[in-house]
Amino acid sequence: MTAYTATVTVRLKSGVLDPEAETTRRALERLEFDLEDLRAADVFEIDLEADSADDAERRAREMADRLLANPTIHDYDVEVAESG
Amino acid sequence: MTVAIVRFGGSNCDRDAHRALSHLGIDADLVWYEEGLPEDTSGVLLPGGFSYGDYLRAGAMAARTPIMEEVREAVSEGVPMLGVCNGAQIGCESGLTPGTFTVNESARFQCEPVTLRVENAETPWTRAYEEGEVIELPIAHGEGRFEATEEELAALEREGRILFRYCDSGGEPTERANPNGSAGNVAGVVGESARVAVLMPHPERATLPELGRTDGAGVLRGFAES
Repeated sequence: MTAYTATVTVRLKSGVLDPEAETTRRALERLEFDLEDLRAADVFEIDLEADSADDAERRAREMADRLLANPTIHDYDVEVAESG
Repeated sequence: MTVAIVRFGGSNCDRDAHRALSHLGIDADLVWYEEGLPEDTSGVLLPGGFSYGDYLRAGAMAARTPIMEEVREAVSEGVPMLGVCNGAQIGCESGLTPGTFTVNESARFQCEPVTLRVENAETPWTRAYEEGEVIELPIAHGEGRFEATEEELAALEREGRILFRYCDSGGEPTERANPNGSAGNVAGVVGESARVAVLMPHPERATLPELGRTDGAGVLRGFAES
């Protein structure tokens, strides 16, 4: 078994309105920053012991499918790296 | 015939629902989620509130508790279920009802009366009304914007699964009358069976005559009808 960290990034699907990101964008503009757009995402860093990077990724994907992401509004991606 | 009102940590409309159902002569019990559904459960009401502090997404945690597996089983046997506000978010997060409820377009918590048009009066929850009738109920939510893909929304419409739409006083589902940016102005939907329904507005807050309007009583009477 090897120690891995799986990083799951959950984003709203393209086209789904994100009022919090929009509010944040407007606040940055009030601070006189110049920007075209802003997207927010949730990042989960999951430490786990697994037989291989593939196994760690498979388990992280199952976590995303069953809880971390809502398939109606979210896409997600998973990156796995050895911890330490 | 007892309706189980399922309380999670953070539920806060459970007693209102109990009082409203009692007023209508519908037997109901408050049930702590860890206790599981009582054997004589003949209906399930998921009340409003902030279960698990809305962590991750409103309703996400409660939807994955063991009692929701029991609710799923009861529903598959024909037991009626109604999810109100946080209960609606739990219903969608558990997949018992379609779509999802997410952050209001305003990014703010909104507490106000809204007018709703009855879209399908053939369900247990809307049988007390006429199709097209306009009723008034209160909303109180920060994550009430209904989201579904255009195809899903079209399917819901085709299948008569939309219960209520936000509308103006004349019954028109205008953008202005949409308090939270919901797709298709949808305020409530039914699951695969019409006996399973969720809505963001609060019928239990518009049932007791001493609180003013009683437009919500017809929704709760669904437990007696089904």
